[in-house]
Amino acid sequence: MSRRGRTLRALPTLLRIGFAETVAYRAEFLVWILTTTLPLVMLALWTSVAAEAPFRGFTSEDFVAYYLATLIVRNLTGTWVAWQMSEEIRGGQMSMRLLRPLHPFVAFAAGHLAAVPFRGLVVLPIAAVLLVSSGGSALTREPLQLALLAPSLALAWLITFSILFALGTLSFFVTKTMALLNLYFALYSLFSGYLLPLPLLPGWIAGVAEVAPFRFMLSVPVELMTRSLDRAQIAELMLGQLGWAAAGLAGALWMWRRGLRHHEAVGG
Amino acid sequence: MTGPVRSSILMRSLRIAALQLRLGATSGMAYRSDFLLEGVMALIWIALTLLPWFVLFDGRPTVAGWDRSEALIVIAYFTAVRAVLEGLISPSLVDLVEKLRAGTLDYVLLKPVDAQVMISTSRCEPWKVFDLLFAVGLAVYAFAERGAAPAPGDVALGLAMFVAGLLVMYALWVLCAAASFWVVRLDNLTFLLGAIFDVARWPVDVFRGVWGFVFTFIIPVAVMTTFPAMALLGTLDARTALATIGGALALVVGSRLVWRMAIRNYTSASS
Repeated sequence: MSRRGRTLRALPTLLRIGFAETVAYRAEFLVWILTTTLPLVMLALWTSVAAEAPFRGFTSEDFVAYYLATLIVRNLTGTWVAWQMSEEIRGGQMSMRLLRPLHPFVAFAAGHLAAVPFRGLVVLPIAAVLLVSSGGSALTREPLQLALLAPSLALAWLITFSILFALGTLSFFVTKTMALLNLYFALYSLFSGYLLPLPLLPGWIAGVAEVAPFRFMLSVPVELMTRSLDRAQIAELMLGQLGWAAAGLAGALWMWRRGLRHHEAVGG
Repeated sequence: MTGPVRSSILMRSLRIAALQLRLGATSGMAYRSDFLLEGVMALIWIALTLLPWFVLFDGRPTVAGWDRSEALIVIAYFTAVRAVLEGLISPSLVDLVEKLRAGTLDYVLLKPVDAQVMISTSRCEPWKVFDLLFAVGLAVYAFAERGAAPAPGDVALGLAMFVAGLLVMYALWVLCAAASFWVVRLDNLTFLLGAIFDVARWPVDVFRGVWGFVFTFIIPVAVMTTFPAMALLGTLDARTALATIGGALALVVGSRLVWRMAIRNYTSASS
């Protein structure tokens, strides 16, 4: 059987395993989801600020919608694959994966995808209640934007996963990857719109955010949900996502090949 | 137990705690190259903390009664408390969870020293001193911008409130540690603690309605940064200060009791 056929046949089982793991560690998972408090903190801050008067065009409702959308997108697209890979490479469990006739990118991706429904289950009700109660009017009602939301989320997930997978392969080369991952998260917070909506960023930071991949990992789906965009803008955002997804995927696989050549298995 | 024996046990515990901390600091400093890396990371995190502050006060003179430099003092306290959290408290909690899972906690419990002392000082990251220095720098800058140094009495109260805030933080950590005896696979509990603490970078008055109440009394993050900042600015009334210090001490005693209960119910992972 061809390699691709084998991978496809293994996929349902991989997803099932991933889902079972998520359910088995549900308490841990719940805590993990609860740690995404930054959007809520920022939401409380900015709604309080905008209650007196709109802040640079953002009303209180705009902030509620923006940060809740951020919370949803962050939870649906976030993955910890780089941390997992770093641990497996240091601990030696990676060797087991290398023995299997399946590309680890697929194996990891299936495991992490399986966790997405669980995350959605926890986050969506909270967000829905909050949205309906105070931010509903700032959401888009454009059918095109709503239709593109699911593909945009999928692309955002793929970009995030590819970049984190590529960062995970760095553990093949260096031992201290935690600092690098912290740096990544700092850049992500700044340029993705996680900390502040991109229009509020000052000067050159906003310029960098325009072109860096981070915007396409978080801000684009959020913008689709909360702003009214014209056709050209939508096309630009979606093409940007497609481009970065392709680049991320290619980069991740290339890094993996380079890293593997460097790899000396630890443990047994 | 008689008086002198008790005090000698206390002295021994303190000596062992100091020894453990020195050991942790020494092993941390063995990795010289981390020095630069951690310094740069500390700068980046502080820049990220300051960005929303900058944007906010660029567009508004005051928020919920706090002006630019007052809010900066809250951020300075936040940076300082976070330095202690990440330098001392979190590493030890991670260590505890690892010991619980591997079953090596038994060796700690067998030692003739108080387990809480041993666990609380088991690990530290000396580089977080950078953050403490930056915090002092931010406070100095804030007062320079105000054009007036704080009164000596206010500085003393500000320091006392800082210690009270750290005690509250520590007590919350001990409660988390006790919880990990019941739910072992909770190594991200430290992240949760850190995530909730993130609220403390803003004056608590910013959070209106029910949230202000929650962050003052239920998860007392206001106590850790807002009240100390008010003390330093000379706007904290004596009653709140006393209540905070009393509350902090009560929380430490309460967490100690919960910890003892958790230890008593502990049934090792190894056997």
